[in-house]
Formats: sequence, structure tokens, C-alpha cells
Amino acid sequence: MPQIRNFSIIAHIDHGKSTLADRLIQHAGLVTERQFRDQILDTMDLERERGITIKSQTVTLPYTGKKGKEYDLNLIDTPGHVDFSYEVSRALASCEGVLLIVDASQGVQAQTVANLYMAMEHDLTIIPVINKIDLPSADVDQVKEQIENELGLDPEPSILCSAKEGIGIENVLEAIVEQIPAPTGNPHDPLTALIFDANYDPFRGTIISCRVFDGTVRPGDIIRFMSNNATYKVEEVGVFRLSREPRKELSAASVGYIISGIKTVSDTRIGDTITLNSNPAAAPLPGFKEAKPMVFSSIYPVSSDDYTSLVEALEKYKLNDSALIYQKDSSAALGQGFRCGFLGLLHLEIFQQRLEREYGQAIIMTAPSVRYQFRLQDGKTITIDNPQYYPDDAGIESSFEPFIKASIFIPERYMGEVMKLCIARRGVNPRFNYPTQGRVEVTFDMPLAEVIFDFYDRMKTITQGYGSFDYDLIEYREGDLVKLDILVNSEKVDALSLIVHRDRARDWGVRVCDRLKEAIPRHQFKIAIQGAIGGKIISRSTIPAFRKDVTAKCYGGDITRKRKLLEKQKKGKKRMKMVGSVMIPQGAFVAVLKSDNE
Amino acid sequence: MNNTESPGLYIHVPFCGTKCPYCNFYSITSFSLVADWLDSLRKEAIIYKDRFAAFDSIYIGGGTPTLLAEHELAALIDTLFRYFTFSPDTEITIEANPDDITLEKPTLLRKIGVNRISLGVQSFNDKELQSLRRRHSAAQAERALERIRASGFTNIGVDLMYGLPGQTQAGWVQTMKRALDFKPEHLSCYQMTLENGTPFGKMSTDGRIKPLGEEEGRSFFLITSGFLEEQGYIHYEISNFAREQKYKSRHNSKYWQHVPYLGLGPAAHSFLEGVRWWNLDSVESYCRALDQGGVPVAGTETLSQEQHLLESLYLGFRTSHGIDLKLLNNRPRSDTILSELQESGLIQVHGGRAMPTRDGFLVADGLPLLFAG
Ligand SMILES: Nc1nc2c(ncn2[C@@H]2O[C@H](COP(=O)(O)OP(=O)(O)OP(=O)(O)O)[C@@H](O)[C@H]2O)c(=O)[nH]1
Ligand code: SF4
Ligand SMILES: [Mg+2]
Repeated sequence: MPQIRNFSIIAHIDHGKSTLADRLIQHAGLVTERQFRDQILDTMDLERERGITIKSQTVTLPYTGKKGKEYDLNLIDTPGHVDFSYEVSRALASCEGVLLIVDASQGVQAQTVANLYMAMEHDLTIIPVINKIDLPSADVDQVKEQIENELGLDPEPSILCSAKEGIGIENVLEAIVEQIPAPTGNPHDPLTALIFDANYDPFRGTIISCRVFDGTVRPGDIIRFMSNNATYKVEEVGVFRLSREPRKELSAASVGYIISGIKTVSDTRIGDTITLNSNPAAAPLPGFKEAKPMVFSSIYPVSSDDYTSLVEALEKYKLNDSALIYQKDSSAALGQGFRCGFLGLLHLEIFQQRLEREYGQAIIMTAPSVRYQFRLQDGKTITIDNPQYYPDDAGIESSFEPFIKASIFIPERYMGEVMKLCIARRGVNPRFNYPTQGRVEVTFDMPLAEVIFDFYDRMKTITQGYGSFDYDLIEYREGDLVKLDILVNSEKVDALSLIVHRDRARDWGVRVCDRLKEAIPRHQFKIAIQGAIGGKIISRSTIPAFRKDVTAKCYGGDITRKRKLLEKQKKGKKRMKMVGSVMIPQGAFVAVLKSDNE
Repeated sequence: MNNTESPGLYIHVPFCGTKCPYCNFYSITSFSLVADWLDSLRKEAIIYKDRFAAFDSIYIGGGTPTLLAEHELAALIDTLFRYFTFSPDTEITIEANPDDITLEKPTLLRKIGVNRISLGVQSFNDKELQSLRRRHSAAQAERALERIRASGFTNIGVDLMYGLPGQTQAGWVQTMKRALDFKPEHLSCYQMTLENGTPFGKMSTDGRIKPLGEEEGRSFFLITSGFLEEQGYIHYEISNFAREQKYKSRHNSKYWQHVPYLGLGPAAHSFLEGVRWWNLDSVESYCRALDQGGVPVAGTETLSQEQHLLESLYLGFRTSHGIDLKLLNNRPRSDTILSELQESGLIQVHGGRAMPTRDGFLVADGLPLLFAG
């Protein structure tokens, strides 16, 4: 029996995790040259389009060590972007060690630190790997210094590597088998398997990814989910190669999958423990902490007929993205929908695109909001992430909004412009740090609400793509918050309301009115769009009426053709929402969020 | 409106002397197939002879029906009366071009039973007529109208167009005035459309001619409607005006009210009991199909309830008769929309109907989708 090693590759975004995984996979001979493509574990279309990892991926690699021992290495490649850190945290629960990659030219960055801390919380063995040493700008000595000073790790055992050039790969493999401890666990104890991911397959039902801690599971066994006691008969177990590879059994310490014809999507919960019905474990494994959403937005089916199909799609989606939090919500303008919580804006965007592409759901999303706190006159404090539930103004004693520490790395020459942007976004308390020649790290305290919209795009434009941006939540601070309502032909469109700082309310009012003016097509009548705070109009725009829109002739031969044209338009209208007598295209709800330069 | 349920009969005469560069009706400029076409038309008539109730309108359109020789026209009418039944007061319209109205032609037409002439004048400005490459002059058009009147026709329609290259609004009013000199019972005033697949359509995509802008089109439309109503005409459809209620085109009104109609000839459309079908749009294939004992149908559709409703709405909003409010029962938000449209002066609501105003006509194409969706 080969020995097992379970490890994750963790790092800041783009430091080369997936590329290193490629080399390890090739070393194991898992792919032919023809099958291979870069970042082979990034299988999702969106991952390939954007060149980033979104989902953690597991792969089991055979490896024969220098001393001749056989191993099964369970590698989990994780995403580096902060918005997908929940993927990392769950991967770590299946591991005994990590490869902590640091880009030799970028050095230690925000997610290097954050991910290291997560690994430490799990008591994992940490192997620092300095990657991209082939780059001319690589500065190994400086990175070693950072590893020592900023990460508090001994830099000496760091492995020098170039994932791209395939340098140092054998050292990485040896370090894995030598330094990371073999997992403990007894294949003869009652089964405990932690569900860390899943996805729904229309033919085979829910496919569970799990780490077996104790016991053994085989096809034919009756398994039980410990949170809800649902039982299923196992059809197939196996490990992940580049596709699923069935095995006779999964036993203590392996990472793999279980298929048992699970068609009731809600039975499977990420973080739940699987045991055997005949010989159940005494207690479940600890599971995972819930994801803590930072950004909230409501979603509605474009056509209200599609509500049920949205409900189903969300359930299935959530199996594969357990960082998503959602609950029922409804809006007068948009009907039945869901309030969703996301780890960040990228998470939100990916959610929307996956839901559309993988689950065929066309949805309308409302403007993202952060979570605000209100201290009321009666002494109560309430938390609100949905402008619809903004409390009565008169009852509010004070309001609080989340602040972040925003760290921005830029070439020095962009400093002036970036400073201006941060100050316009209510940034305070600027600090400067010069980590390397010509580059500066600017740190501001900023309201989270000011960066969830358009900040990153603006910063990228200003710095011509040379800026990078990270943030950490620091605290709630008092702020003069108001609710901005949007009225379309005097009718309030609840789904367009925003909670904003009073100083920025006018800007927002004007922007939303202007955007809607562009996004709502002309009608047969004039449409007035207004922004209002507590009934007082602060901005307005008008969409003029159609002046003429009628064809001259319509006789026997024209009727069918003309009706078909209308039917086509009517289809387009399905993507519209009626507010009073005004048709608002689905895009209008999002258009208010588009940045100026798009 | 002549709101009878009697069906209408349309005959498509697919021949023209020359092809006008703006026209997208199906027609050919060779006359070698006239005899075949006539013969095929007879065969087609036989197919439908027992399917329709008595007609009360015949519309001989095209193409240019007045190019047919007297005996050909007589044979055509003969065929119709042989295979179909008609009510005694049947409206029999023929489309005519001014250049075909010889001294005798109107009398001949009356003799074979035609009682309404729709004359394709288009313009009383020679320059404009040339740019449209029409085969007649303004003077010829006036002479034609005189001759038609003199022969005793009491129901004359004149077709005019605005939005022509180089045409001013004053020039357009002048054209309307010259038409009014003949007190036509009916006027059709069309904004010229630059149709795909026509020479003008191509010139428009090439940027060599420009369609009227929205504002100009609007102002031409308002001038037309205002002027003709001032002169006592009833603006009863987007592009149609009648001197009195009884002069509304009985035949065309059937199209707008889902009354059955039978269209004979290539490219003609028919409608009966919720089914619409249309013929092959080539004289050759039309004749061939009938020769081989088949039907010359190119396509057919059965209207679903939803489609029927959509058509009722858009056709209704194109006429002063408007739509029956019952059509909107159970439509979400229809009350809000109706009152928005009323407030905006686009419709009037009374007698259980919603009727477009003059401003409403201008945006009639967009109204149905506010309700059906
Ligand atoms: N020069 C050089 N480039 C590398 C090396 N390793 C990775 N890269 C490049 O760095 C970029 C990012 O690599 P990925 O492997 O996708 O990085 P990642 O850490 O998986 O990124 P995320 O999953 O999005 O966090 C790609 O363009 C790689 O080609 C290396 O050793 N040398
Ligand atoms: S406009 Fe009339 S005459 Fe000219 S081509 Fe068309 S059908 Fe023939
Ligand atoms: Mg990656």
C-alpha cells in the first residue's frame, strides 16, 4: 500500500500555484504531452478566460520517493484571490501540510500572509517555496528576508523553484514526502469522512468530494449524513486523477469522491460528516466555519416564471460554492428573489456568470451593498445589508459602516492620481511604505462601500494596470448615512435604492439618474427618473418620448411579417421588468454599477 | 367602418411595365406569362370555390392590373363570378396607374363591374415623379382623374407619398391640394419606406438617399393628418383617409379586423378561421404548382390565441376604431398603462374601446407590446 500525503498549494494570487501543480502532474506522468495544457486544473471556462483559479481542485498523484517508497500524493490547488479564500480554508481541513508559494519578484503579499495564518490555525506543516526564480526581477535574498521577517518562518529550508521552467520540482516532491507527516487515522474505526466540496451531476446525482479521516467506505455500503441522518447506498467511490477514477474503497486518510445516487440536493451539506449506517461514528468532525460575506446583492429571475428553476439552480450552485449565503427576499418592483451574500465583488461577478452559463439562469442583480449598523433611539442596534429595510430616519440615533485597510501597490509615478481617487472615496489616514525601488505601498482607511463599486477598475485604469489592491476589514465607524431612493415616473423602484454617505448622495443620485437614462429605452411617453432622499428630490433626468415609430403600410401580406417582428421584440421584452407602465431592461439594474470609462 | 363579416377577395396581378425603385411588391416586367397566370388563377379559384361565404369586396391589386388587356380583365372577373358568390353591393376596386388610363379605360372598367379605382398618383410634382421613376407626369395624373370622374366613378382613391428625395413640406401640401381638386372619396398618404431588397433600400444603406428622420417624419405626418381633417376627411388608419364613413376602404378594413379574406395569385395572402397562408412568390412556380394539380401555397400558419391577440392589438391601434378593452382583461398592469397613455394624450378611452389619437398613431407600433408581454 502506498503511503499518503495530503497537502494544499497556497499563495497570493498569480504566484504560480496552478503552474506548479502542472509540473507535479506531469512529473507523475498523469497526462500525455498532447492532453496537456497550462494550468490544467483550471477546468472551468471562467477560470481559463480570466487566468485565475476560482475553485480548489484535488488530484491524486503517484510518486516514488528517492528512497524507493511509493506514495499517493493528494494535491489540492487552491485559488489565490481573497474572494475565494473560503475554498482555501476548506481545502486545508483535508491536509497535513501546505506548499506556501512566494513569487520571487513580487515577494510576500496580502494573501500570502492571510493564507499562511489559515494553515497555522490548522497546525499544518508549512513548506515555503520561492517560485519564478527564472525571472530577471527575481530577488531571492529579499524574499527570504520577507519570509523571515513578515511571515516569521525559517527561510533556510525554502525551496527555490521555477514552475514555469520546471526547476526544483524534484526538491518540492521530496520535501512533501519528507516533511509533511503521514496522515493518522484507522481504516478499521467507524467511518468519518468530511465533505469539503460537491457538485451536482444530472445523471449521477450529487458527487461528494471528501477526506476520509477514519474508517473505510466501499460501494454497496449504506452511508449516513450525520447532520440530517439521510442515508444512501454507495454506488461508486474513487479518487481524482484528471477525471474521476473509481477505486474499490476509500479508507482512512484518503481524499476522493463518493457517488450514491443523491438526487435530493439539500441532503448534502458542505462540512457535514459521512459515516456508515451500520457502524456510525460517535460524533461528527468539526466541519467548517461559515463564510463571512462582505458584499450583498439581491437577485431576481428575469422572468418571474423562472423562480422555481432559480430556486433549484441555487441549491445546486451552493453545493459547488459553499461561500455563497442566500435567503429569500422580495421586491415590489422585481418580485420574488433572494438576498445573497458574497465574499467580495469578484465572487459576486463569478456567481452571476456561473449561474447564467452553467445553470442557464438569467437574473437581475441589484446594486451591491455592504452591511451597515444602526443604533436606534430605543437603544437597539440593527444590522442591515439591504436598503429595502433601511430603518425610519427619525428612529436612527447613529449609523455605522464597515471600514477597511486598503493597501495599494503602485509604481511611484501614479501616486498623485491614486491619492486623489482614494480621497474622493472618503479615504483617510494615508500611510506610505517603500518596499522596493520605484514602488510604493499606499495604505488608507476607507469605507468598504466606496471600494465595492468601481474602485478597482478605476485604480487599474489610472495606473495602466500596474496597480494592485488588497483590503482587510478593520472596524465599523460612525458615518452620516442616508437612503437614496430612485423613482421612475413617480414610482419608487425599491430594487434601485441605495444606502450612501450623505456627502456622496448627490453624486450617486446624479449618476444613477444618468445611467438609467441611457439604459431605459425610449417609450411612447416621457419618463422621469428621480433620485430622492427622504422625499426630497436631489437629482433627475428625463427620457424623451418616441416621436414617431409606426410603419406606413399594413395590408394582407404584411400582417404575419409584422407580427413576427413584434414577437421578436416581445422576446426581448422578457428581459425587461415592468415598473408601473415603464419597461426597465434587466441591464438597467446593473448599468448603474458600470464604471464611467466602460 | 363597414363592419361586415363577409370575406374579401384579393387578386394579385404580378405584372408591371417597369419596376419602381422603392417598390417591394412582387411583380415582373415580362408579359409573356399573362395567359398562363390567368389560367392558373382559374385553377386556384376552383380549389377555394366552396370554402368561403359570399364575398362583399374584390380588390384587384398588384403589380399594375390596368396593364391587362380588356379581354384579360373581363376573363378575370368572369372567373371570379363563375366560382364564387358575391353580395349585390360588392365593392370592386382596381389599382390603376395614371399612364394606363386611356380615354376609354374607365368606361371599360365600369362595364366589367369595377366600382372603385385606386389611382397610384404618388406625387403631383414632375421632378419627384421622375426621381421615383414613375411612368407618368403630374399632368397625366390629372388627366386620368378627370377621365375617371367623367366616366361616372363615384368612389375614387388617390395614393400619394411623402418623404420623397428632395420633397419639402410645402411641396407636399401642394401635392395634397392638387389631389383635393378632384374631391377623391379616399386618400392614402404613405411615408416612403426604404425597403431592403429594393434599389432605394440599397441606396439608403449606401448613404446615397436618406430616410426621413424621426422628427421630420413626425412633422410630415402631423401636417398630413391636420390638413386633411381640416378638409373634412376622416383619418381612419395610419395612412388612410376617407371623405365620409362610407368611403373607408371596405376591403382593406378586413385585413385590420381579422375578417376572412382569400388572396389569389402569386404572393397573395389569405386568412380563414385563424389560419393564414401565402402563395409562392414567383409566377412560374405558382403556375407550375397549379399545373401539377397542387396548391401554390408557400407557407401557412395557425394563429395561437396569443398571436391572435397580438395582431388584434397592433392592427387595432393602427385604426381610429382602436381596440376592444375586453382584449386587455387579465393583462397585468393594463389599467396603469392605459391611464399613462391617456395622460400622455396617446389614446382616448370610451365606449369600452381604447382609440389612438393623432399622436397615438405616431407611435402605434409600440403600443401593443406595452400590454402583451
Ligand atoms: N516566469 C515565470 N512565470 C511563472 C512561473 N510560475 C507561474 N508563472 C506565471 O504566472 C502566471 C500565474 O500563474 P498561475 O499558476 O495561474 O498562478 P496561480 O497562483 O495559480 O494564480 P491563482 O490561482 O489565480 O491564484 C502565469 O502567467 C504563469 O505562466 C514561473 O516559475 N516563472
Ligand atoms: S409601385 Fe406599383 S407600378 Fe411600381 S413596381 Fe410597384 S407595383 Fe409596379
Ligand atoms: Mg491557480
